[in-house]
Amino acid sequence: MHSTEPLLRVEALRSAYGRIEALHGVSLSVAAGEIVALVGGNGAGKTTLLRTLSGVQPMTGGSLSFQGRDISRASPHARVAAGIAQVPEGRQIFAPLAIEDNLRLGAYLRKDAEIASDLERIYSLFPVLKERRRNPAGGLSGGQQQMLAIGRALMSRPTLLLLDEPSMGLAPVLVDQVFEIIQRLNREDGVTVFLVEQNAFAALSIATRGYVIETGEIAIEGKGSALLADERVREAYLGV
Amino acid sequence: MPELLQFCVSGLTVGAVYALVALGFTIIYNASDVVNFAQGEFVMIGGMTTVFATAAGVPLPLAALGAVLVAMVVGLLLHRLAIEPARGASPVTLIIITIGASIFLRGLAQVVFDKQFHSLPAFSGNTPIRFGGAAILPQSFWVLGGAAVIVAVLWAFFNRTLIGKAVLATAANRLAARLVGINTSFVMGLSFVMSAAIGAVAGILVTPITLTSYDVGMLLALKGFAAAMLGGMGNPLGAVVGGLAVGLLEALGAGYISSTYKDAIAFIVILIVLFALPGGLFGKASVERV
Repeated sequence: MHSTEPLLRVEALRSAYGRIEALHGVSLSVAAGEIVALVGGNGAGKTTLLRTLSGVQPMTGGSLSFQGRDISRASPHARVAAGIAQVPEGRQIFAPLAIEDNLRLGAYLRKDAEIASDLERIYSLFPVLKERRRNPAGGLSGGQQQMLAIGRALMSRPTLLLLDEPSMGLAPVLVDQVFEIIQRLNREDGVTVFLVEQNAFAALSIATRGYVIETGEIAIEGKGSALLADERVREAYLGV
Repeated sequence: MPELLQFCVSGLTVGAVYALVALGFTIIYNASDVVNFAQGEFVMIGGMTTVFATAAGVPLPLAALGAVLVAMVVGLLLHRLAIEPARGASPVTLIIITIGASIFLRGLAQVVFDKQFHSLPAFSGNTPIRFGGAAILPQSFWVLGGAAVIVAVLWAFFNRTLIGKAVLATAANRLAARLVGINTSFVMGLSFVMSAAIGAVAGILVTPITLTSYDVGMLLALKGFAAAMLGGMGNPLGAVVGGLAVGLLEALGAGYISSTYKDAIAFIVILIVLFALPGGLFGKASVERV
């Protein structure tokens, strides 16, 4: 069956910090099953956009709909309950809490009986987390914290996974590993992914489609492979 | 020697009350970064409501339960009407709001209750228990036992329940807490209600020993604050140890130096902590891994 309504539709979205507007009317869409990448430089508004999608940054104009339902005014917890989970920039784990508690809190809004089996699944995905599950999460290395942040978001069983700079601060071998896991989640679990990255090459390589954001506005959009070949993108973001 | 023991027992009894006030500070501070100077008013509301309810003929256990509920409602209203609308304001603004709330509650208590000192009959009589030459009031055991039970219940709440862990998660990282679906506004309201209940229980237990009146809250808040600072603001274990320590120092100072300076001890503690040990006994160095 073909549905014309995308999973996530963002229209003319505006957001501001006080009087300074960070997003000047961003429009984009993410269809179910896609991996969509949003690339752009520092301060282009990538993190602001993701935070606005999760409802932790107020929007000042435009509209947001998820699964055909308007969520512009929904609280952050209502959006998590609806199926939007975010792996925030800088990982933002609960450092003093045990690793297992971090994961368990990812399923905070769930009441079903499959939480324990999902926990085991996360552990099979990231075995290092299982070994140290009773330890405080703050003791993990940067890469391990990134795994934990992804695992925590997955514990809510999201329909749409938002990832903010998952490769930031990671060694190249870990970057590859993280992107491999993102692709696996998309392929095997059917999780739709909206990925924000400064590492444009890695992000566009795995993306179905991509957008380039510049100073709060979408500048270019297209298929992931097309953007990788685009002259402007190559010059500005790929360093070639 | 019996003298020392006597001072220690009375110091620990009062210290347990400071510890409970400091715990109230800690819970609210962790969940919302607010230093709630109306914390002492919860203690007053607990004691005064119980006094007036028992005077009206309500049996003591029922009156005590009612007083705790009244304090919880006041705590919830304080959060909903004064703190929540000022969300995002600077910590100083929020502190001023709580000081204003404490003055308001004191004024309200003068009108609703009166300006007299009141006491409650001791729960298990007034016959002192002789121990090693010291005379210990049975009510002291109620205070110490009550404090121990509250600490144990809090420990279980924070370590064994998901909602307790959600409170800890909110304290650790509010942004991440909202992103996993924790309603942080609810968590803050809950922390005010819990702190109010703890304060009220302390007020009920200690009233037979120290008496209560509409304005006991102010000094208790300052001493509880000193205890929380000494232990390290935000650390529950520190709050308990800090409370007991301030109580002990106060009793020993009053006993061996002069009771004139009893109330000054808590403030000397604040000064020493600020000069020598800004993080408190159990405070963590403010270094964060990024």
